[in-house]
Parts: sequence; C-alpha cells; structure tokens
Amino acid sequence: MSAHTPPPDSGARIVFDNVSRFYGEVLGVNRVRLSIPPGITSLVGPNGSGKTTLMNLMCGLIRPNKGTITVNGISTDDPERLFHQVGYCTQVDAFPRGLSGWQFIYSYLLCHGYSPAEAHARAEASLRKLDMLEASERAVAGFSKGMRQRIKLAQAISHDPRVMVLDEPLNGLDPMARAELIALFREWGAEGRHVIVSSHILHEVDEISDQVILLSHGYVVAEGQIQGVRSEVSDQPMQILVRCDRPHVLAARLFEKDHVVEGKLQDDRTLLVRTRDADRFYLNLNDVILESGLQVDTVAPHDEDVNSVYQYLIGEGSTT
Amino acid sequence: MIDAASVKSMPWGMWTRQALAVARLELLRSFRQRRGWLILAAMPVVVTAGHSVIASTGHWSCSIGLDTRVFAAIFQFLILRFVIFFGCAGIFTTAFRGDTSEKTLHYYFLTPMRREVLAAGKYLAYEATALIVFAGGAALSYFLITLHFGAAHWEHMLRGTGLYEMAWYTLVAALACIGYGAIFLLVGLWYKNPMIAVAAVMVWENINPFLPTLLKRFSVIFYLKGLSPVDVPMTGSLSLIEVLSNPTPAYLAIPGLLILSTVVLFLACRSARDMEVSYGE
Repeated sequence: MSAHTPPPDSGARIVFDNVSRFYGEVLGVNRVRLSIPPGITSLVGPNGSGKTTLMNLMCGLIRPNKGTITVNGISTDDPERLFHQVGYCTQVDAFPRGLSGWQFIYSYLLCHGYSPAEAHARAEASLRKLDMLEASERAVAGFSKGMRQRIKLAQAISHDPRVMVLDEPLNGLDPMARAELIALFREWGAEGRHVIVSSHILHEVDEISDQVILLSHGYVVAEGQIQGVRSEVSDQPMQILVRCDRPHVLAARLFEKDHVVEGKLQDDRTLLVRTRDADRFYLNLNDVILESGLQVDTVAPHDEDVNSVYQYLIGEGSTT
Repeated sequence: MIDAASVKSMPWGMWTRQALAVARLELLRSFRQRRGWLILAAMPVVVTAGHSVIASTGHWSCSIGLDTRVFAAIFQFLILRFVIFFGCAGIFTTAFRGDTSEKTLHYYFLTPMRREVLAAGKYLAYEATALIVFAGGAALSYFLITLHFGAAHWEHMLRGTGLYEMAWYTLVAALACIGYGAIFLLVGLWYKNPMIAVAAVMVWENINPFLPTLLKRFSVIFYLKGLSPVDVPMTGSLSLIEVLSNPTPAYLAIPGLLILSTVVLFLACRSARDMEVSYGE
C-alpha cells in the first residue's frame, strides 16, 4: 500500500507535510505525509521503523531535514506556544539526579512559567491522577520501574496538554495499572485530545486505538482506522468467522462463489472463510441464510485487527 | 528590525520567571550532585591556611608585606589560571553536556521556554555557584594568609589595606568566573568532547602576552591582569612577560570583560536555540 497523501490542513490536527529526517546517512523517516485527527492514534512498527523519530519530530526535539510539521496549527519550531499544547512522555528512563518525585514535577512546572501556587496545584492534581501523590516525597531514584513510568506520565500531563505523545507508556506497568492508564487514555481521547501512543503490545493497541499508523523502515506503510487499513490490503483475502448450526452446508454453498478462496471448519459450529470480496461475501451469506434456513450465531471479521494487518504489511520476521 | 517598542512588548516578566526557575532547579541539582569543584576551590584555602599554620610555629620569617606579595602570586598562578579556569571549565561545560549524558535535557526542551532563556538560567545558576565557591574561596584565602600575625593581621585588615585588597581580589575572581563561565558554556554547547577545546583556551590564555594587541582583547586574562591590587614580582625571563603584557586600566578592563562575556553568552544562547536532543540511541 502506498502512503496516504492527506492535504496539509492545520486545524486541530497534527500535520506532517512531506517530512524526511536522516541521521547522517541513516534514514529516520522519509516522505511522511500525515494528518492526525484527535483521538487515540497508535504508532506501530518494528524496532527502528521510525516511531520514536516521528514522536521526537512531533515535539520539536529534532528537526526535519525536509518538510514541515504543525501541531494544532503551531509550528514545532515555536516552543513557547507548542508546549502549552503538547506533553511528551519519552521512552527514556532517566531523571535529574537527586530530586524527589514532587520536586521533579513541581520544578519543571515552574519552568513552564507557572506561579509557585499554580505549579503546586497542578503538580498535586497530576500526581493524584497517576496515584503517585503519597510516594512523591521519596527520591525518584528509589522508585520501581512502574512508579518511574507513572511519575514520567504525571510530569508529561501536569500542564494539562491538548496533545499527549506517549512513547511506550505501558512499559513496566502491572496489569491493574495498565488497565487504569488505558481508561485514562480513553477519557482523554473522548475529550477530543490527541493521544499519540507507541506500543509493542499489539492487542493493547487494538483495544485502545481509534486509528493506527503503521511504520516500516522509516516509511508510513498505512494509516487510518484499522478496518479501513485492513480493507485496503487487497492482496490478502479477508478472513471472516461464521458460527452457525450447519457450517458444512454453508461451506458447500460458498465454495460455488469465485471470490471465496478458502473455507475451513474450525469445529462443528464454526467456519472460517477467506474471501477476496467481503461485500459480496456478506450478500451471498444473506442469500444462503434465507435459502437454507441456517441459524447463524455470529459473523465477525477475523483479521481486522492490528496484529493481522501488521503481519500482512510488515511481516512475520519483524519484531515490534 | 527590532525597535524599542517591540523589545518593550516582549514577555520579559515570563522570561525572568522561567530563567529563575531553571536557576533554582540547577542549583538544587548542582549542590546535591556535582561537588568535584569543591576540591579545586579548597586548594588555595588549604595552601594559605597551611602557610599560616606553619608560619605561626616561627619556622618561617615573614612579614605582612611579603605575605601579600606571595598571595598576589598565588592569586595569579593558582587561583586565576588554575582553580577558576579549570573550575569554570568543569562547571560550565557540563551545563548542557551533563544533561545530555544524564539523558534529562529533553525535560527542559519540552517546556514552553525559549532556549535562550534556558541558557541564561543555567548560566545564572552556575555563575552563582562559581561566585560563591571561587570568589568566596579567593577572599577566604586572602584572609587566611596573614592570620598568623594575630593582632597585626586584624590591624592590616581593618585599618590597613587588607579589606581593600581582599575586595579587589574578590572582584577580579568574580570577573574571571563571569568571563570563563561564558566561554565554557559556549564550549560545552559547541563540542561533544570539550576537553580539547578547554586545552586550546588554556593555551590561548597563556600565550596572551605574546599576541598582537587586537587578538589580546579576545582573552579573559588580558582584562584581569591589571586589576590585581598587588603586583606580582617578576624576575628573570618572567619580567619579559610583564613588559609584553601591558596591563589594561580598570576603567577599560571591567567593561571590556563584561562586553566580551556578553558577546560570548549571546553566541551560547544562539547555539542552544539550534540544539537538538539526541542521546545517541
């Protein structure tokens, strides 16, 4: 699939207009054109595919060699306006030495320009949100991996940004904390904020994302809502799972259709069909149900998820 | 073009608040973590205190006049050219590089703050540290060198030239911190490994007496030489240096050094603006 070429609009969107970034002769990302709407967007790709480069570009930590980037209409070269809007929780597990959790958050809020009273209130609110208020008097150096991850997140959101960029935010967290954070991401997404997440855990990406951006070797391979992305992978037949009372009858009828590539009986009530044309498949399925009187329990796409799309577009050999 | 009205309309209040916030955080960090410069600062104090202790046993014959001339040499060759030079190199070159090696620079870069304000805030914090430690150390060293004279020491300090000389030494040490601080802040921004650049600056500072008049002005030591309240007695080949050095009068030296430091600081701020965060991953 070719990379999409959305128009470089500048409303409440993050826009990459033909952006390339090289590290010497090494490619970071190349010819990226994106227009990311609010909601939860996941960046997915193997190691070295350009996820962190894209995030660093989005936050102005590095500059593109070519092209322009705007975040909600603000250039990434304008830190004084940009970072009222943007909070970035990087993957780097490092903190200024000698600081407590509270000092870490409070001090950087002062650097934002807040008054001591406001910085105090904001630090308290963000620590409370991440359930770190009690532990915040302790030195960050003594925190567990999960606590360090949460204090980083608390710092990134302490100024209440409209755009949260989170590089592997669920790393090192226990299942309970992961669930709490995912709920928080959903809350932010529902409020119309941008939540840009990169994650290695594809089923979590599936669970939380409104849209995905698939990257490979510095190129955007696909982007959009996962169903849309899947439907564009035309060289891979769609897999559809049907649970009904007589799957063998259904299989026999469907094999007559030229768009059906394969039918596999999973058990005595389940048929997995691979088809090149999902729309025609659903029409044919209706006909079969009417003609044969099948009792159908479920019809569901079987590979409209990030994992499948990832495997189709990027391949088995890659590691996320 | 920048006119007076646009300069006035700039958010100076916000920038000042942010620079002070950076300075506060840097001071919090430097006094907790980076203490290597304390050993350097302690060197002249130990030397002059040691001198006082040994002299008080009566093994050396000395006078206040001789001791103040000895201190002038200690100040020129140990405090200015070694302690303050290398102390400032250690403190200011790590202002940004330290954050890069600690992988914490991005926390600053992700705040809505001009990079120039960040550079200014860091300079302010490290300058405060350098002034307290090195200028304070110079003053304390001067105080200690004649302490063994007892009542004569207090007479010299309170009724003689002692306080005047101590104030001048403190001022010269402070000016040295301002000048070298700006230079090494810039060096730390320009070079990943600043050691070679520090060595080059050291050579440049020491060949100053032999440079053409115009080039001499691009050196911190050029402005400081003439400010010491007591001349260092030069004999033999050192007297040649004295002839070549041609000290600058104070009314030119102080503003000259401040202008040089401002220009270098301006360059450092511009360099910070173009900086990217790359931790070599």
